[in-house]
Amino acid sequence: MATVAASPTYTDSAGSHRTGIMDWLTTVDHKKIGTLYLHTALFFFLVGGVEAVIMRAQLMGPNGTLVSAEVFNQLFTMHGTTMVFLVIMPLSAAFFNFLIPLQIGARDVAFPRLNAFSYWVYLFGGLFITIPIFFNAAPDGGWFAYTPLTGREYSPGQNLNFWVLGIQILGISSLAAAFNFATTIINMRAPGMTLMRMPMFTWMSFVVQWLIILAFPVITIALFFMQFDRFFGTNFYAVSAGADPLLWQHLFWIFGHPEVYILILPAFGLVSEVLPTYSRKPLFGYAVVAYSGILIGFLGFGVWAHHMFAVGMGPIADTVFGVTTMLIAIPTGVKIFNWIFTMWGGSIRFTTAMKFAIALIAMFTIGGISGITHAAPPSDMQQTDTYYIVAHFHYVLYGGAIMGIFAGLYHYFPKWYGRKMDERLGTWHFWLNFIAFNLTFFPMHFAGMLGMPRRIYTYDAGQGWELFNRLSSYGAFLMAPAFLIFLWNFFRSKTRGEVAGDNPWDAATLEWSIPSPPPEYNFAQIPMVTSRYPLWDITHPERMAGIPHSAEGWDDAKQRTGEHVTSGGKHEADVAPMHIESERRSAKELGIPMPNPTIKPLWVAAGILVLFSSLPVMYAGKNMIAFAMMAIGGSMFVGFLYAWLTTPMEDAH
Amino acid sequence: MANDHGSHASPDHAHEHPTWKQYKWVALILTVITAFEVWAYYVPALVASPFFVPMLLIMSAAKFVIVVMFYMHLKYDNRLFKALFTGPLIIAMATLIGLLFLLATHKAEGGIG
Amino acid sequence: MAHTAAESHAPTHHYTTTGLDNRKVAIWMFIGSECMLFASLISTYLIYKGKNLVGPLPHEAWTNPQTGQVMPAILDIPVTSVSTFVLLMSSLSMVLALAAVENRGKPVPPGLGGRILSSSKLWLFMTCLMGAIFLGFQAYEFTSFVHEGLTIRRNLFGSSFFTLTGFHGAHVTAGVIWLGTLLAIDMKRGLQPKDAVWVDIAALYWHFVDVVWIAIFTLVYLIQ
Repeated sequence: MATVAASPTYTDSAGSHRTGIMDWLTTVDHKKIGTLYLHTALFFFLVGGVEAVIMRAQLMGPNGTLVSAEVFNQLFTMHGTTMVFLVIMPLSAAFFNFLIPLQIGARDVAFPRLNAFSYWVYLFGGLFITIPIFFNAAPDGGWFAYTPLTGREYSPGQNLNFWVLGIQILGISSLAAAFNFATTIINMRAPGMTLMRMPMFTWMSFVVQWLIILAFPVITIALFFMQFDRFFGTNFYAVSAGADPLLWQHLFWIFGHPEVYILILPAFGLVSEVLPTYSRKPLFGYAVVAYSGILIGFLGFGVWAHHMFAVGMGPIADTVFGVTTMLIAIPTGVKIFNWIFTMWGGSIRFTTAMKFAIALIAMFTIGGISGITHAAPPSDMQQTDTYYIVAHFHYVLYGGAIMGIFAGLYHYFPKWYGRKMDERLGTWHFWLNFIAFNLTFFPMHFAGMLGMPRRIYTYDAGQGWELFNRLSSYGAFLMAPAFLIFLWNFFRSKTRGEVAGDNPWDAATLEWSIPSPPPEYNFAQIPMVTSRYPLWDITHPERMAGIPHSAEGWDDAKQRTGEHVTSGGKHEADVAPMHIESERRSAKELGIPMPNPTIKPLWVAAGILVLFSSLPVMYAGKNMIAFAMMAIGGSMFVGFLYAWLTTPMEDAH
Repeated sequence: MANDHGSHASPDHAHEHPTWKQYKWVALILTVITAFEVWAYYVPALVASPFFVPMLLIMSAAKFVIVVMFYMHLKYDNRLFKALFTGPLIIAMATLIGLLFLLATHKAEGGIG
Repeated sequence: MAHTAAESHAPTHHYTTTGLDNRKVAIWMFIGSECMLFASLISTYLIYKGKNLVGPLPHEAWTNPQTGQVMPAILDIPVTSVSTFVLLMSSLSMVLALAAVENRGKPVPPGLGGRILSSSKLWLFMTCLMGAIFLGFQAYEFTSFVHEGLTIRRNLFGSSFFTLTGFHGAHVTAGVIWLGTLLAIDMKRGLQPKDAVWVDIAALYWHFVDVVWIAIFTLVYLIQ
């Protein structure tokens, strides 16, 4: 079992799995759920991208007439909402699902069925909020939905209802997943996998789960207020009743600022895996990178009002939030230098993944520096609500998060599917994407400095904005084919790509010590870890100089005395010292208990969808239908939840 | 009931929890504090004094801490649970205070109370 | 897998890094998350305190502009003090229920007191009952407020008060249902020490809902 096999055998069907549609609907396997997240998010990426391209076509020249102002409002609202909630967060979630258990040496997450539930809620919430755009009824209040504009008085249509309820549904998904992953990281680590030995992606994911746990309840409440105002006529944001419309802005940004770290930190984690692997060196200053991630997360709760300097909070508040915002640049800058020093002196391989990782460092630095320029309130007054801000956050979210996620996709594709993505197409994708990205967003800095406001659907000639808008639009039109090249490469490589082997990149962490794609049980024997780079201990001991080793945490392994049966009828210990596994067998042969597939989480999620869908029906005045939907949705939710909780997760308890 | 990862007498109960004797005293203390709070509400001199609000906040915090420590067993349980609770609690309190500082200070025009 | 096999391989399953139960770790994080939820609700209530354009008001008498009548402050402290006391005592019966489940199988202390203390059914029932009484008080309070002209649409106090206490009431309701389910299982097959984690996480949730009320009682009802 624990041998370094000379010729890893790759089989097309990953073990003894069924691959029918029911298999996907009932799966509780974290790797398959990750795959579902990945594909759904790529679909929404395409939707959000099309929305962006239409907007750029509208703004290419002055007085554009392609879409009306109403449609334009829906486009920018849905572009932002889609990219934040339906693309970047779920792409990160795809990696949380696929990678966290593999990186910490676990066989699944702490609550596998809850994990399936999170995905189905995400899918239903995503469709709920996206479908209205095809009926010209999409949300149109911006992704931040400032009150009182989004109250019933100024937005009487259904549009905003879909936004309020949709984000509420997606919040359920994010919170359920966050409790699950945080528990997994705290409690499911292999013997010896101490906190300070966790791979950096797992570290950054851990911080992100905490940000979700603490930030999402705030938006939940803010959304409930808006929901009550719109549906039941309460006064939370009603200025006529003496309410303070700034309440929404504060609650939104208390959530919204941690949210931007929720978007960027997983990408930071991914490049922290990619850079050491292709530099053939351990990550420089591991502990400092981990601590600065924690510090970013913590400080992230104390900077929210820098989004609101323009509303006039007074000199004390402005000063405090300006200072905390500048402080947060320190741990972020520390990370940048750690990545550069990781590459310094390494023997670098410029694979596609590495190119994207380096692009993240450079592009995120530009976005970070433009961010510092609006940390100072007086300077922010000039920049706020202009295209300069649009340029800034696309440099951090596209140049940062998306570049990092692409790096992660090229890097982990072989582990996911057992085959590599095509490097030549990958290089095309990288350069086209890199050029198009800068062509789109760099000119926006100038347009913004020349005073072009955000969210306008058209503009007059003669204000000096034409050139920059034209360049931005060309960039956007170039970004579309770049993404299509990626999609082609991605889907083709699943079946036609070069067979990768178990550790094609010569990486250092546990996920590369098992077959690609991983068997359903992940690890036949749970490895006992002695250092941060357990696999390099075996394959590249020469890179491990100066990396501390110890049997710390091995005491835990003593609890883990279970044995399982191998096909030969022989009993094997459940844990073993760090080793490489290349044999693929079924969990049954090995005697490893696996959770049963179940459809119940999907039905519980569907119950939530029906419940929430009843509210727009009620808003339309069809009360009887709405009450019927509430009754149906409520009983689906309760009934299937009861069935779920009373069914054992595995056979024979 | 089924569960997601096996049911067993978990090691987190290694520490002995308090018994009826202590639980009884805790309930008595909670009752006394509550009674005192309500009594204070009906003493105009106390209500008018600058100590009224701080006094109520301290008593409320004391009850909060007693329930969390003894009934939720945080005093006896694993240190991890203390961290999982106090960390978020501190961020929540800081956010609450920050929000009050930012929004509760200026009075709305024409407000009657 | 046969039952015996499951037994012999059980340790594989029960192993966790910290030695703590996954469910208990998760419920503490859930409680941490709830801290932020209630902090947002309480902040909003406090921010809108004193900004009403029209009565009824919580602690001050107010003049009805239509009738010119002077109306008294609306909060009923004696009634709420009683319901607060009931909820506090439900926490006591909750810890006793948990202790009874954890100690099942150990010798029951002699005398009537020992038998009573070891009855998890009794204490689960008492907790549910006191939770239900609290909800009854809340229903009475809400209906009498509406009667006196305070609806959720009336003013900022109405919106923020009903939402804050309503959210708390919804949590109590969920807790009563949860504990009721545990009681039903206890009646059906008897809860054993191995089920204690289920009771433990329900208890943690219940106590948390109680401490939230401790904060609400002071901040909403007592501070003027």
